[in-house]
Amino acid sequence: MLRRYGRVLTLLGLSVVQLAVTLVAATCLLLSFALGMVFLYPPQVRLVRGLAQDVRRRVATWTGISIDPPYLPEPPPPQPGPDGMYLSERTLYRTPRIPAWNARWKWMMTDPASWRDSLWLLLDPLIKICLLPLLLVLPGRGLRVYALWCELLLSPTTTSRLARQLTRLNRVRNLAADSQAAEMRRIERDLHDGTQARLVAIGMTLGAVEELIDRDPASARALLAKAREASADTLTELRRVIRGIHPPVLAERGLADAVRALAMDSPLGVSVEVDLPHRPEPPVEAAVYFAVSELLANAARHGDARTATIDIRGDDADLRVSVTDDGFGGADPSRGSGLTGIERRLAAFDGLMAITSPPGGPTSVTMVLPRALPQHWAGNLPTMPRWKAALVALLWLTAWCPLFPQGIVAAIFKIIDFGHRSWFLALYLPGPWQWPAILFMIVLGVAMYVLAITIPAAHARERWMVQTAPPRLWFRP
Amino acid sequence: MSRVLIAEDLYLLRDGLVHLLQAHGFTVVAAVESGPELLDGLVELRPDVSIVDVRLPPTFTDEGLQAALAARRQVPGLPVLVLSQHVEQLYARELLADGSGGIGYLLKDRVLNAEQFVDAVRRVAGGGTAMDPEVIAKLLASNARHEPLAALTPREREVLEAMAEGRSNAAISQRLYLSESAVAKHTAGIFAKLGLAPSDDDNRRVLAVLAYLNSR
Repeated sequence: MLRRYGRVLTLLGLSVVQLAVTLVAATCLLLSFALGMVFLYPPQVRLVRGLAQDVRRRVATWTGISIDPPYLPEPPPPQPGPDGMYLSERTLYRTPRIPAWNARWKWMMTDPASWRDSLWLLLDPLIKICLLPLLLVLPGRGLRVYALWCELLLSPTTTSRLARQLTRLNRVRNLAADSQAAEMRRIERDLHDGTQARLVAIGMTLGAVEELIDRDPASARALLAKAREASADTLTELRRVIRGIHPPVLAERGLADAVRALAMDSPLGVSVEVDLPHRPEPPVEAAVYFAVSELLANAARHGDARTATIDIRGDDADLRVSVTDDGFGGADPSRGSGLTGIERRLAAFDGLMAITSPPGGPTSVTMVLPRALPQHWAGNLPTMPRWKAALVALLWLTAWCPLFPQGIVAAIFKIIDFGHRSWFLALYLPGPWQWPAILFMIVLGVAMYVLAITIPAAHARERWMVQTAPPRLWFRP
Repeated sequence: MSRVLIAEDLYLLRDGLVHLLQAHGFTVVAAVESGPELLDGLVELRPDVSIVDVRLPPTFTDEGLQAALAARRQVPGLPVLVLSQHVEQLYARELLADGSGGIGYLLKDRVLNAEQFVDAVRRVAGGGTAMDPEVIAKLLASNARHEPLAALTPREREVLEAMAEGRSNAAISQRLYLSESAVAKHTAGIFAKLGLAPSDDDNRRVLAVLAYLNSR
């Protein structure tokens, strides 16, 4: 209780600071827009943002209502053109200073969050005065109401949320594209240095055989044997390359058996546990397969392990993979390029990797690919709550009553002045009330129909969002 | 004269296999190109030996392997030689799991050496086994750290590899340039070290070795 009053006191104390900031900010704004002293604008925005951020933090610790910063992502530093100049609007600059300043200015000006912050700053004292009685009597409740007020203006709008998401997706996409390009280069190298060179050699040998076959059949025969041997070697080489692209077992049997095959080929004693109701999508399977393969190889090579455990399971729509070995530990992602490779592969699926590897072992690596499995496996598509379904049914069953007999039919009776009042409620009312009552009935009936249609529609939309929105960054043709 | 069924979806390879086997005195009773056809052919024709590609239409996954396993469940011991572009211990274990012999599992590359390939087909037709050296190498590599195998001498290891591929004592002695009695001595040594009961029958002996390697 005392602590709550302490918080209320802090909140009121903050008002003094806020008032000072409001004065400074207003002056800055006035100077920058009325007198053109634009250089005052960015510091003003920084000041207000700093204050708002401080309040967000306090509100989160006081009430548990966390408000994310709403600001659009900062613009990237300007890139020089091919001629070494920096382009901003339609002007070229020698140094990046002015283009950078312009970009920042535009970023702050156009971000609605800047203006929402200012509005909040302006209105905040009024709200505090209104809430003062509540804050003094029920400080807990009061702080919550204050937090809700802050949330109204200080939380991100859908636009800024989407903008943030977009920047993140861009980054992940670049990462995925990079790792794919690196993979392509590796395959190209393998084919170029291995398979292609061997085929050239076989062709040359066969050419020599063609020359020799009449003059010296014995050496031609020897060369043929050599060519056959070389073709067998080429096949072996090609198999190795194919394994690196997409292991055939994975294509033939799916993740579970492919990981079992990996376990069998490993010199370690590996036990495999796979609990997946269906096969994940091929790109996910490949990422997990190569990650497990790399981890097993690491355990055997560096960790001197004797046994390992692989556990792959679906946790709702998340795919969880853990690989544990009894080696002597000390694995460090910053040293081994293998682990960073895995991280990069997983990044394309929003995947995360956690490593615990104390010196002396055991090493345990856990990977999570959030929402990598189709949502419907988990069976947690949002279903309509029962009361809503019942309400919709009730609306469909009863909406005709106010609309047609009580509304439209009563109106017709009234217009043609039909003597009967029958069971039309409106006609029993005193004269001046009859028309309003009829109109009310019609509006009521229409509203009931509208509700009966919109409730399931809103739900269907929500369901559709869940089905299509998983952050999958790949497409199936 | 053995009756052979061939299941392979690539026309060139299928045709080549038909010619190769006819030239070596086999009768090709059917040459099919998809999984369902294969299963029907295996069960109805009961060929003396079948040569089956792992990947077949319609799904191009492990259609051929599944058909072979299904047919052997219906007709125990039906001789099948499985061909593939890659070998997996996993598939070898599945093929050997029923322990009844008459099974082969080779890389497609082995067709390049006609003599050895036809020899393998004959062995499988006779109820023996023909395992690809690469499968055996993988089996041994994944068992490398286990005690009894680590205790074998290099010579015994060579004999073990050849034996696991499905070769008889006579074939092993030819390949390793040893006398047959020396091979017999080595096999006895291997069986003693691995703790397996000795057997005079070639096929049963091979199956024992493979079962031993697979059990680890």
